[in-house]
Amino acid sequence: MKVKGFFAVIAIAIVGSWLGLFIAVPNVLVLITSFLENDPQGFFHLQFSTAAYHQVFDPLFWRVFLHSFEMSFKAMIICLTIAFPFSYWLCQFSSKVRGWLLFLTIVPFWTNSLVRAYAIKFILGKKGLVNSTLLFIGVIDKPLKLLYSEFAVIFGLVYVLLPFMILPLYASLEKLDKNLLSAARDLGANGLQRMWYIVIPLSMPGILAGCLAVFLPAMGMFYISDLLGGAKNLLLGNLIKTEFLSTQNWPYGAAMSISLIVLMAGMLFIYYKAAQHVQKRGEFDV
Amino acid sequence: MGQGVLISLEGISKVYQDKVVVQDLSFTIHAGEFFTILGPSGCGKSTILKLISGLEHPEEGRLILDQEDITHLAAEKRPINTVFQSYALFPHMTVADNVAFGLKVKGVPKQEIKSRVLEALDIVRLSHLASRKPAELSGGQQQRVAIARAVVNRPKLLLLDESLSALDYKLRQEMQIELKQLQRKLGITFVYVTHDQEEALSMSDRILLMREGQIQQIGSPREIYETPNSLFSAGFIGEMNQFDGVILERKQARIYIAELMGQQCQIESTHDFAVGDQIHVLLRPEDLRLQEVPDTTKETGFVGHITERNYKGKTLDSVITLENGNQLLASEFFNEDDPDFDYAIDQKVSIDWVHGWEVVLPYEG
Repeated sequence: MKVKGFFAVIAIAIVGSWLGLFIAVPNVLVLITSFLENDPQGFFHLQFSTAAYHQVFDPLFWRVFLHSFEMSFKAMIICLTIAFPFSYWLCQFSSKVRGWLLFLTIVPFWTNSLVRAYAIKFILGKKGLVNSTLLFIGVIDKPLKLLYSEFAVIFGLVYVLLPFMILPLYASLEKLDKNLLSAARDLGANGLQRMWYIVIPLSMPGILAGCLAVFLPAMGMFYISDLLGGAKNLLLGNLIKTEFLSTQNWPYGAAMSISLIVLMAGMLFIYYKAAQHVQKRGEFDV
Repeated sequence: MGQGVLISLEGISKVYQDKVVVQDLSFTIHAGEFFTILGPSGCGKSTILKLISGLEHPEEGRLILDQEDITHLAAEKRPINTVFQSYALFPHMTVADNVAFGLKVKGVPKQEIKSRVLEALDIVRLSHLASRKPAELSGGQQQRVAIARAVVNRPKLLLLDESLSALDYKLRQEMQIELKQLQRKLGITFVYVTHDQEEALSMSDRILLMREGQIQQIGSPREIYETPNSLFSAGFIGEMNQFDGVILERKQARIYIAELMGQQCQIESTHDFAVGDQIHVLLRPEDLRLQEVPDTTKETGFVGHITERNYKGKTLDSVITLENGNQLLASEFFNEDDPDFDYAIDQKVSIDWVHGWEVVLPYEG
C-alpha cells in the first residue's frame, strides 16, 4: 500500500508540475503581459496598463476579427454539412466496416497539418491540380484564381478541421438506439420527421461539441491564412502572431489572446446552457 | 367484437442472409381477438411481427389488411402500432410528448392531441407522470407508456413484442391481467409475441405455435393444451409424460387396444391407426392417478416407486420410476379429504389415468 501511495504521489506530482509549468504558468504570463504597457524598444514595460485592451476594441481590430469570425463560422457550417451525412452514413455499416472507414478518416491526421496546408497550395495553385484538370477538359480557358482568397482559407480550414467534426458526431450518432427510429417509423414518422424529431435532438451534444471543436481552433489557425489567404483574409491567430513576432507589441498580442480565450469560455458556457435547454420540459405536458 | 378477418398472411416467406426465417406462412387474425404467436427463441415469431408492422418486407407472399393489400405499404403508413420489447421510448421527450408523437407527425390539431394524450395516459393510469422523462420511470411504468403511445393512434392492430419479458414475475402477472382488460376495453386486435407458454395460455383467444419459421399448430389455448398435434406442441406447452407403444387392435371407431411398455391398455384417439402402427401416448402430470400399493403385491398394470416428491403449494409433484427405468411426473392437487397426503420415498404405487384424456400421436421417430 505504501509503495502504491508513493507512486501515486509521484505520478500526480509529475502530471501536476507538467500542467503547471507548460499550461498554467504560460497562461498566467500572457494574462500579466496583457496588462502591461507597450515598449516600442523592447517587448513590454513593467507598468500596469489597460491600453492593450483599449486597442482590442479598435475598429480595425474588429474588422479583422469579424472577417475571421465569419470565415471560421462558414468553415464550421461546411464541416457540419459534410460531416453529419457522412457520420450518419458511417453508422449504417457493421462495426467492422465502420472501424475501417473511421480509420481512413483519421489517417490524414498523421501528417502534420502544416504539411497538408502546403499540399492544398499545390492543388489550388495557378498550375495546380484543379486548374489543370479544368483546363484540360475545357471547362475554363484561363486558370481561376483560387489561391490567396477567402475560398482558399475556408477550404483549408474545412480540410484540416473536418475530422474534429466527424468524430464527436459519429460518437453521438453511433450511440443512437436504432429501435427509436423503428418506433418513430411505426408511429408514422417519415424520413424527414425521424431526422428532425429523433436523430438531430439526440445527437445535439455531438453537433455542438463538433461545432466548437471546429470553430474555436479555426479562429487561431494563422498558418492556414498565411499560406492560403493572402493579406486580406486574416484570422485572429494571424493578428496575435504578428503582434508577438513582427510588431513586437506583446501586451496587445497578449490582450487579443486573452480575449479569444474569454470568447471561447463564453461559447462553452452557451454550449452548456444549450445542453441544459435540451433537457427542458415537453410540449404536450399535462 | 367482430368475428371477421382483420388481417391475413398469404404464403409469406422471409430470408435473412440466405437463412429462411419464415417459410410459406399463411394464417388469419380476426378482428377483436387476442392472438398470440408462441415459440422458442429464433423460431421467427418476432420476424412475423416486423412483417406485419412493415419494418420488414417479405420476399414472397401477401399481407391483406381489411381487404386491402398492404404488402408494399411503408411501415409509417400502416394503421398498425407496435409495443417494442425494449419499449423504445424517446429519451429526450417527456411521457406526454412520447405519447403525442404519433399524432403530432400525422398533423393532428394540437387541442385534439392534448385531449387524446390525456385520455391514453388515463387508460394506463399514468396521467400524474405526464411531464416525467422515461428514465425517471420504473420498468412497469415505461411499459405502460409504450402501450399508451401505441393505442393513442387507435390502430387497427396492436403488436406486442415480448412486451412483458423484461418485468419481474409479480409485475408480469399483474400486467397480463391489465393487458387483457385493456384489450377488452379498447376492442383493438392484439397480436402478442412470447416464448412463455403460461402467458400465452392465460391471455390468448388463439395461439399460433411456431417452430423453425413454420406453423406447428394454431388454435385456442384449450385445443393446443388438450389436443397437441405433435410431440413439439405437447412438450412446448406444459409438462408431458411420453410413452411409446404400438396399436394391437381396433375395437371401435375411436377406441384402440395398444401395448405400452409391455402392458395392454385401452386408448382413445380420433386418428385413423392401423394394427401394428407405432404411436406415442402422452399424459399430462395432472391427469395421472397414483395408488399406493403394498410392496409385496404382485400388481399388474403400471407400477413404480416414488423417487422424488416436491411440495409445490397447490400440488404435490412426484417423480415415479417405473420397473423399466422410465420416469414419470405426476402432479396431484391436495383435497379436503386428505389435506396432508404425501408419499414416502420408495413407496410403491400403481399408476392410472383418466381414460380418454390421453393424447395419442403417430410415431415421429
